[in-house]
Amino acid sequence: MKVFRMIPVYIKDAFKSVFRNFSLSIASISCIIVTLLLVSVAIILTINVNNFANKVKSDVTVVTFLDTSVSSEQLDEIKNNVEKLDNVESVKIYTKQQKKDEMAATNETYKNIISTWSDDNNPLSDELLIKVEDLEKIKSTVDKIKAMEYVSNVKYGEGMVEQLVHVFKVVQNVTIGIVIGLIIVTAFLITNTIKLTIYSRKREIEIMRLVGASNITVKFPFIIEGLVLGIIGSIIPIAGTIWGYNTLYKYFGGQVFSPLVKLIKPTPFVYTLSLGLLAIGALVGMIGSSRAVRKYLKI
Amino acid sequence: MELIRVINVEKQYKNGVTALYNLNLTIKKGEFVFVIGASGSGKSTLVKMMYREERPTKGQIIIGGINVAKLRNGKVYKLRRKLGVVFQDYKLLPKLNVYENVAFALECIGMHKSEIRTRVLKVLKLVGLKEKVKSYPDQLSGGEQQRVAIARAIVNDPKLLICDEPTGNLDPITSMEIMGVLDAVNKKLGTTIIMATHDRDIVNKMKKRVLLLDNGQLKNDYMEGAFNYESV
Repeated sequence: MKVFRMIPVYIKDAFKSVFRNFSLSIASISCIIVTLLLVSVAIILTINVNNFANKVKSDVTVVTFLDTSVSSEQLDEIKNNVEKLDNVESVKIYTKQQKKDEMAATNETYKNIISTWSDDNNPLSDELLIKVEDLEKIKSTVDKIKAMEYVSNVKYGEGMVEQLVHVFKVVQNVTIGIVIGLIIVTAFLITNTIKLTIYSRKREIEIMRLVGASNITVKFPFIIEGLVLGIIGSIIPIAGTIWGYNTLYKYFGGQVFSPLVKLIKPTPFVYTLSLGLLAIGALVGMIGSSRAVRKYLKI
Repeated sequence: MELIRVINVEKQYKNGVTALYNLNLTIKKGEFVFVIGASGSGKSTLVKMMYREERPTKGQIIIGGINVAKLRNGKVYKLRRKLGVVFQDYKLLPKLNVYENVAFALECIGMHKSEIRTRVLKVLKLVGLKEKVKSYPDQLSGGEQQRVAIARAIVNDPKLLICDEPTGNLDPITSMEIMGVLDAVNKKLGTTIIMATHDRDIVNKMKKRVLLLDNGQLKNDYMEGAFNYESV
């Protein structure tokens, strides 16, 4: 195919053309830089908030206290039954024997008292430590566990968990909305800036069509040029992201305010994000060019 | 052998103006034809339809076996590779020099560099611009710019050269020089030429076939040498 044979020529021409139409190229590139920087900040925020949310969510444990009279066979049976429920991710048994041993290990006084307990008169109860898959459905899962035989009490931080889930959901939706909005705005801005660039080259397109260039031949150099603009425009945002996030991470020592709010480690996060920015820049550059040039292919 | 056949062509613009009515004509290979008429007579419309900038509302235009009226937008390049077009305003790219402007036409159709070089230099010699290959359009006179435009139009060795008022911006002497170039192209390369013009002197002096349009209709088709403005 002639088009493929011409690719190196188009790439060379695209660079030439970027410099030949320097002022308009600078306009397109600045537009890409500003919006990609905003996209980068928004993505960093979103992913860190999500990371924190997921960490908090995975820490939520449903503690199920069983009757003291439960035998070890019954304990296994209850565990099996709980595992069969929807939304249950894992179930861990915490036996009264383990509890007793752990308490005895804390200090001498406890040890002396606890040593008088035999297996039959251990006043502690067995526990099931349950992790759920979906925090939003935790209430109905807990209700099902409460209804089971030998279950005496269930605790999971009622009220606080629901509030937390709600807040995280709102924050997540808002940040994702902002990122998508920014990408769309970038695409529009770039399309319009490239339209300006292309408008000034209307004559060139007209002549190309007149001397018998096929539509794809006319379009291709502009698409490559959009790609080049997109790639050039993403260099500064990528450098800014890598340097900025690393500096931020070092400054805060990897956590914000408390060890609970941990930042994502810069490697490989910033590099993945950089690839993403490069892809967004290249893609919107190409789509913008392609959309902008379409109008002039009717001459 | 006929190159162009126009059958019952009518052109009505979107604003309701009818530019051409029931036009029928044939043009043979190697002919040099003037299309003349007052402003608004439809000569520009006829010429534009031949390179498919406009499409006829009715009828057919067949050029070298291609039905131009039915040609889809994406396939227009197939027609344009068989013909060259020259305009009153030259339509050169100001940021390219003479050589690059002419080579541009061949680069667009993906020709190899070595082939482009041979062809461009040959055609620039034909139009008498061999010494100015590195000049830019703004360093050239109107006549020289038009020569570049002609060179670009014929560099692809087209069967047909369409000229829309090519001397409209030029003084009488330069106009005659340009006509000399076009005549040489017609005679040396055997290229069929269709030229819309309202330059009386040129038409009288060149003594070619003349299509006289009047209010969108073909009023008369004068054979070679039969037309003279004074006699109309």
